[in-house]
Amino acid sequence: MATITLAKGITMGLRKAMESDPRVLVMGEDVGKLGGVFRVTDGLQKDFGEDRVIDTPLAESGIIGTAIGLALRGYRPVCEIQFDGFVYPAFDQIVSQLAKMRARALGKVALPVVVRIPVGGGIGAVEHHSESNEAYFAHTAGLKVVVCSNPVDAYFMTQQAILTDDPVILYEPKRRYWEKAELDDSLTVEQATPLHQARVVHEGTDVTVATYGPLVKTAMEAATAADEEGTSLEVVDLRSLSPLDMTTLRASVEKTGRLVVTHEAPVFLGMGAEVAARITEQCFYSLEAPVLRVGGFDTPYPPSRVEEDYLPDLDRILDAVDRSLAF
Amino acid sequence: MTESVTDSAAGAPQSSRAERPPRPSGRLPGLSPEPELVQLLTPEGERVEHPTYSLDISDEELRGLYRDLVLVRRVDAEATALQRQGELGIWASLLGQEAAQVGSGRAMAEDDYAFPTYREHGVAWCRGVDPLNLLGLFRGINHGGWDPNEKNFHLYTIVIGAQTLHATGYAMGMQKDGADGAVIAYFGDGATSQGDVNEAFIFASVFNAPVVFFCQNNQWAISEPIEKQSRIPLYQRALGFGFPGIRVDGNDVLAVLAVTRAALENAREGSGPTLVEAYTYRMGAHTTSDDPTRYRLTGELESWKLKDPVERVKAYLVRTGKADQAFLDALEKESDELAAHVRTGCLEMVDPEPLSIFDHVYAERHPLVEEEREQFAAYLETFEDATGRH
Repeated sequence: MATITLAKGITMGLRKAMESDPRVLVMGEDVGKLGGVFRVTDGLQKDFGEDRVIDTPLAESGIIGTAIGLALRGYRPVCEIQFDGFVYPAFDQIVSQLAKMRARALGKVALPVVVRIPVGGGIGAVEHHSESNEAYFAHTAGLKVVVCSNPVDAYFMTQQAILTDDPVILYEPKRRYWEKAELDDSLTVEQATPLHQARVVHEGTDVTVATYGPLVKTAMEAATAADEEGTSLEVVDLRSLSPLDMTTLRASVEKTGRLVVTHEAPVFLGMGAEVAARITEQCFYSLEAPVLRVGGFDTPYPPSRVEEDYLPDLDRILDAVDRSLAF
Repeated sequence: MTESVTDSAAGAPQSSRAERPPRPSGRLPGLSPEPELVQLLTPEGERVEHPTYSLDISDEELRGLYRDLVLVRRVDAEATALQRQGELGIWASLLGQEAAQVGSGRAMAEDDYAFPTYREHGVAWCRGVDPLNLLGLFRGINHGGWDPNEKNFHLYTIVIGAQTLHATGYAMGMQKDGADGAVIAYFGDGATSQGDVNEAFIFASVFNAPVVFFCQNNQWAISEPIEKQSRIPLYQRALGFGFPGIRVDGNDVLAVLAVTRAALENAREGSGPTLVEAYTYRMGAHTTSDDPTRYRLTGELESWKLKDPVERVKAYLVRTGKADQAFLDALEKESDELAAHVRTGCLEMVDPEPLSIFDHVYAERHPLVEEEREQFAAYLETFEDATGRH
């Protein structure tokens, strides 16, 4: 057993993947000598060389576009986008090229490219450093979108994403980079929870709270607080946003009859909207209340001094739980 | 620090203002007034020499290039006709650009790899791609669909300039493999304004990637003339990115062949990228949906007809006796047969099955796609003829 942070989990996952497959490359801005602005790629260039851990020019479209070319040549590039708000210059390369090229070729090419994106707020950053833009990519056919929420998942999901023959957007909750957990490093990637499977992280009976990424911890805290008040919350970590594991979520909602979905991204057309629509279709007769959503507001991400007001927290989640129960 | 502070500072040389270079007026300093154009065969079909780019070519190879030019133009004409008859939704004609495409396509070695736009029908021909493969996306039965690795000819890319980055990445991969090959990235004059093309130049430059950037400057990006894209000749842009740029007569198949061959060889030898600007002219419309009479004068087209890329080779071959009437007759027959192949093949293309929409979205299982496929299949089953077609 080893105690690791979430950031370290990703580093270890990258290292493991690079050791087991020489075709795996890491590329991005400052990923080499510096080890990335969050130090996630720390030490990799020293051990694997500049040929496999590539400091690229400062151009996001260029990073993804050349990664596509490398993938066509048989490599498995893992691209780092430095912050969520900097992915937009690469939007065409991701949604029009990376996502669609396999269908364009009628399946004759594979694009095993991973795009790592530190996501979300809560770190007191300036504009463009705190966004949650997962809905754009989950809306795009051809991409898979996953979000890790804890160090152990970070370790395994990184490896699983790299092993995937489809493009994967891997979101990393940046304010949880320093969260710690115990990793049983004797476990192999084959023994891990499948990449696209949701997980019940806290069992309960009254209300299901579905979330992912940075808010899993918040939802767990809400469950503890609710317990003290005599309300039993079941927390589901969705983990994969595309494909979405409805089986796990459906089972939970059929049990509790109530669902609150929470994420940092704005509620309007966010993942919660999709989850709410699907649960309403699939569990209509199990529901005791409408599915409620708790998320960011339909505003630009605010200046950091008021980001605590913008981000869903324990109280806002419990407020939604109360409204669900009162329905 | 402001200018006035500098000028009034103690000890500042009085002449500092006078030493500044003059402001550019119209033409930028350091650029030659008449851009050099590499040419080996004049519009009149006269063979000329160039001090740097010589070409040792047999009569048989010459006839082969002429054959390519004629056949490619014929495929293009047939596809345009098919569009006019409603068999293709749209067609992007290469008329006028045959020499640029055949010359560069024939410059490639077997292991080289091409990343085309949607107009590189001539390059496809040189790579051995059946022209029928190109029709699928214009007919609307697929988005391309051929295996790019079969002939080292990537799928057509429609978003302008995006493929130049794929080409650069592929070249970086070749470099890592230690492969003896190079990549050629096709794009047009309009694409040089795209960020992706400029980023491709930068990545190729700093990684010294074995890629040739082959720009067909056909003077028009739909309705916008080259002046809307650049104040300097395009090939001169390369200098700012740190690699050589060269302008070649894009209607001279021999010059294009020689220049591209040299650029590819440099790339293979580890000398990095080159920008080749093939100076040519889009003699037709942008696509069959376009109407050039709205934005350009017919006189311009007439002047370029005098520089036709196919006619000049024929003039040279016939005048020098390198091709006889029997060769020309045989080529005409072959051309007719190829056109018939394109026409028949196009008409025989069957529409894809509705459920094929769900194929190839992902390499691995995706429950949502599978669920929607099943639901749609069940819906189609409710129709009497089980195809969902009324």
